[in-house]
Amino acid sequence: MTAATLDVSGTTATPFQRLVRVELRKSYDTRAGFWLLATIGLLVLAAEVIAVSVTAAQDEPMSFGDFVGTAAFLTSFLLPVLGIMLVTTEWSQRSAMVTFSLEPRRPLVIAAKALVGVLLTLATVVFSIVVGFVANLAYGLFQGDTDWTFGWPDFFAFLITQVLAMLGGFALAALLLNTAAAIVVFFVYKWVLPGLLALGGALMGWFETLRPWIDFQSSQAAIWDWSTSGEEWAQLVVSAIVWLVVPLTIGIWRVLRAEVK
Amino acid sequence: MRQGEGMITVERLTRKYGSFTAVDDISFVCQPGRVTGFLGPNGAGKTTTMRVMVGLTPPTSGQVTIGGHHYHDIPNPGRHVGVLLDASAQHAGRTGREILELGARTMGLPASRVDEMLELVSLTPTEAKRRLRNYSLGMKQRLGIAHALLGDPSVLILDEPANGLDPAGIRWMRGLLKGYAERGGTVLLSSHLLHEVEQIADEMILIGHGRIVAQGDKKSLLAGAASGAASFVTALDNEALTKALEAKGIGVSAAGEGLRVETETVEIGRTALESGIVLTDLRAADGGLEDLFLELTSQTQREAVAS
Ligand SMILES: Nc1ncnc2c1ncn2[C@@H]1O[C@H](COP(=O)(O)OP(=O)(O)O)[C@@H](O)[C@H]1O
Ligand SMILES: [Mg+2]
Repeated sequence: MTAATLDVSGTTATPFQRLVRVELRKSYDTRAGFWLLATIGLLVLAAEVIAVSVTAAQDEPMSFGDFVGTAAFLTSFLLPVLGIMLVTTEWSQRSAMVTFSLEPRRPLVIAAKALVGVLLTLATVVFSIVVGFVANLAYGLFQGDTDWTFGWPDFFAFLITQVLAMLGGFALAALLLNTAAAIVVFFVYKWVLPGLLALGGALMGWFETLRPWIDFQSSQAAIWDWSTSGEEWAQLVVSAIVWLVVPLTIGIWRVLRAEVK
Repeated sequence: MRQGEGMITVERLTRKYGSFTAVDDISFVCQPGRVTGFLGPNGAGKTTTMRVMVGLTPPTSGQVTIGGHHYHDIPNPGRHVGVLLDASAQHAGRTGREILELGARTMGLPASRVDEMLELVSLTPTEAKRRLRNYSLGMKQRLGIAHALLGDPSVLILDEPANGLDPAGIRWMRGLLKGYAERGGTVLLSSHLLHEVEQIADEMILIGHGRIVAQGDKKSLLAGAASGAASFVTALDNEALTKALEAKGIGVSAAGEGLRVETETVEIGRTALESGIVLTDLRAADGGLEDLFLELTSQTQREAVAS
């Protein structure tokens, strides 16, 4: 009997951009995904409406940058959840079996998901800026004068910190492969850990010197300040390795080896 | 042991979980143009074997090739190998249509392909708009089969596809897979129920406790079990027939109106003729394959316990 063969010479491998488009579609084609994205948008809108009415009524001076900052504060809560959901739903819903059957080159699938996270973060940033712009116009209508202070450095700092927030969730999701666990760990490290580290630093002198190197949240101040201190940037890189690169590397290694059930 | 090479070639495949061996050094091939039934009781290792085939579970040793390739090396594999491992392993919040849509987009197929497949598996447009969590198991299986066929593959790997299908659905699937194989396709389908497989499969692989216990077409499997052949017979005078058969050293036991005899029909007919006994019913015991199946798979069970 002769060997039966599959002639695959006429088939091209699935292009990366097609994987990205499919992953993008998956991010909004379920109720959970759709409402997460809608919530991000609605929260930004609601927050700006409140910010405009409160500050205008109380004669508080506000600038374009302040309005955008309000949006940034809010979206930094939800973008990590977005990053987490992109990864974990494949596991909780077990659709990874189909995804990895259709594209066995798993690193490409992970990369496509990460890129979708970045694209959605970009969209969020643009949306926040547009809404902030409108909010500042509205504030000007009530107050008579407008302050358009918001420079490119702020824009890029906003963009980079939001992408880092999203990727932070993404990395923990790849590591833990569980939505609830990843969200809890993310919020602990983002909101609880900095306080604990500061407390530790206050109690133990030696720890205070170590703290900036492992506190990823505080070290991101270097981005907002466009710091000129090489040490602060080094602290950012080191803390990013601890909280982003290490979990992402272990997570990817885990996904690549995982028996998909 | 080296068999004739087929489209799917499993070579000395072993998969262990800790000290437990789920799949134990198995080899078999699936030929193009034939439906191969992969039959074994629950926990025999069917799913594990199929998962290794498509790269979802790494083997401990051995390998599987499809058309000469490892699954991982097939570009856009959905266009060559249709896979249905678990019809429920899809996002419960997606509609049936959306699930096919995602598959079609990943494979780079036109949207019209989705409609064709929905029609093929008789999911109505209204059903296709429902979310998967509201599907019955049978509907999920139909959707899964549609998903496997999306890319017009030449190889199909289906794990328990008849699970949850109603009798009409099983008949429909039988026709579908037979036609697919007749056009040159290779089909491997698993089941833990013999009757689901025996009418579709040209070739059968029986697996029990991770080991292949028998393989071949239905005839050769039964021939291999000829010593276990049995018949049912009813005579006007059952007592006389029992005596005549027992005189020849053939085992007889009462079975309903008639007798169960541990021999082939021809031998009973001859005995009846010799003794001048009138038979009113004579047939080979149904489920000869069933007995074989149970016997072979329980045998490996005992072996596994003993070792
Ligand atoms: N991840 C796993 N860890 C431990 N045991 C497993 C795992 N996956 C499967 N098994 C065991 O391997 C055996 C074969 O399972 P499976 O291939 O699913 O059988 P089948 O599909 O024939 O019913 C079963 O005893 C099952 O419990
Ligand atoms: Mg199974």
